[in-house]
Amino acid sequence: MPGLSLLGLLLIPAFLGSYPVFVLTSVLIFAIFAMSLDILIGYLGYTSFGHAAFFGVGAYAAVIGALRLGQSFWSSTLLALAAVVLVAVVFGAIALRTAGLPFIMITLALAQALWGLAHRWASVTGGDNGLAAAMRPEVPFVGHLESSHAYYYFVLAVFVAVVAALSLLVRSPFGLSWRGIRDSEIRMQMVGYHTWLHKYVAYITSAFFGGLAGILNASLTGFVSPDTLTIGNSATAILMVILGGPGTLVGAALGAGVIVVMRDIVSSVTERWTLVLGFTYVVTVMFIPGGLMGLFGRLMMRIDSAAPLRAGRPSAR
Amino acid sequence: MQFWIVQTLNGVAYGMLLFLLSIGLSLVLGMMQIANLAQGAFYLLASYVGYSVVQRTGSFSLALVAGTLTGLTIGLVTERVFMRRLRGRTHSQVLISVGIALIIADVVLIIWRGDPVTIRPPALLAESVDLWGVRFPAYRLFIIACGLLVAVTLNLVMGRTRLGAIVRASVDNQEMARAMGIDIERVFLLTFGFGSLLAGFAGVMGAPFLSVYPGLDWELLPLMLVVVVVGGIGSINGAIVGSLTLGLLDNYGRALFPNLSYFTLFVPMIVILAVRPGGLMPRR
Repeated sequence: MPGLSLLGLLLIPAFLGSYPVFVLTSVLIFAIFAMSLDILIGYLGYTSFGHAAFFGVGAYAAVIGALRLGQSFWSSTLLALAAVVLVAVVFGAIALRTAGLPFIMITLALAQALWGLAHRWASVTGGDNGLAAAMRPEVPFVGHLESSHAYYYFVLAVFVAVVAALSLLVRSPFGLSWRGIRDSEIRMQMVGYHTWLHKYVAYITSAFFGGLAGILNASLTGFVSPDTLTIGNSATAILMVILGGPGTLVGAALGAGVIVVMRDIVSSVTERWTLVLGFTYVVTVMFIPGGLMGLFGRLMMRIDSAAPLRAGRPSAR
Repeated sequence: MQFWIVQTLNGVAYGMLLFLLSIGLSLVLGMMQIANLAQGAFYLLASYVGYSVVQRTGSFSLALVAGTLTGLTIGLVTERVFMRRLRGRTHSQVLISVGIALIIADVVLIIWRGDPVTIRPPALLAESVDLWGVRFPAYRLFIIACGLLVAVTLNLVMGRTRLGAIVRASVDNQEMARAMGIDIERVFLLTFGFGSLLAGFAGVMGAPFLSVYPGLDWELLPLMLVVVVVGGIGSINGAIVGSLTLGLLDNYGRALFPNLSYFTLFVPMIVILAVRPGGLMPRR
């Protein structure tokens, strides 16, 4: 299944025009964003309502690096990643003093504080108008990735690397400790884990990849504005995770794909994307709490348990 | 000196508005463990409804009633249709409140088109008053008075009446309250409705002061959350202290560092959390 998807992602764009490839690139970028959030929501069990903060910080730092400091894509990216980690170190220390609902509220407030900064500090951030900077990467032996297709394949490579890294991470002992904390933090502490440190590292890791998504997006669109830091952006990311199915990584990527494509289609027909988003939220929470991956899993179970009966043979299970 | 008096009064007025919004949020959070992130949207909806009523009838009092009723209705509907079905699933309740907030925000855009509007204060309160050597809009004093009235009334009701005892019991220990024969479902419905009623009331009260525009709902929400976190969940007095602090900070901040003013609002939250994660006046 993953091999097939990868093959599809590699080959299909060759047959598509610039704009569909642009949308597909956006899908991959938001898949990274959603997967980074899934670490917190699905694996650690902490719902952050301020994930847009890292997306925005990554995007702004990269653009400011390119625009005001004349840096290349690569050095701007390093600068931006450092900025994101710094913000995560500070925010994490504050937010992780709480859990559950207070955690939700504080992460929301922290991200909103950054939005306010971007919105009002016009001399640095361009205020509501945002900042524009052409910052596509210069790849050795390949050249400047100006075209939609060229940048798409670059993002695809990053996406594959991120999926590999995150998959390894969640399966590692460190990653397993997150699930332990999600299930019962007290138990983990009694067994001797320094849970605060595990949570802190999870938070910073999640922020790092979220920021990476922001950087890639800034490079894709050549633009950044306070919209990257809104509650709407954080809320959309959460929907991507829960729609796809939290705690699966794949679910988050799937959710991102559905939402990005849906947004593109809906926005071309009507201005009422927010309404559709709201309804999707309500429907997902009320009727598909396990997400699409959850539905898929239940479907597979039904197929599995039905097959022996239909085949007329007793099942080996 | 005059400047500071005006700023302080403005800050207190703004703080009182925040209090009206936050106390509903805090009580619901404390009692039902629901972080109602649609509270800002309830405010916005009521604001616009109030505006329409003033446009049609010219009566501010009618608008106030309409806005308050709007708040109450939307709250009752939300609780009965959605929250009740998700009883105990606090995570889902928060998420669904976000969905509802998004829907309301867009419906408001559809109906009122996104034009920023304002309501003029009633003629009786449209003048400015001489106070401590400065001229200050009477309407803002009215906001302060209303906020204080609500705060005092709430404290009295909570502390001295049977209804208050029922509410406090439900906040402290649902199971015991149920065992004592208290109809928890009804208490939930009424509490949630009360919270949104206050949001509706605040919506019309605040319109002459803050104006009404799309996005105001999301701008106010984090402030309410900070008040609740700083003041302590479920605490009326905590909410008063928190909202006054925030209101004053907002005004002084805007006056002194306009570029960073929204950002500086969150500093007390950070400081309080570092020192007392339970808030200034935790209920336990």
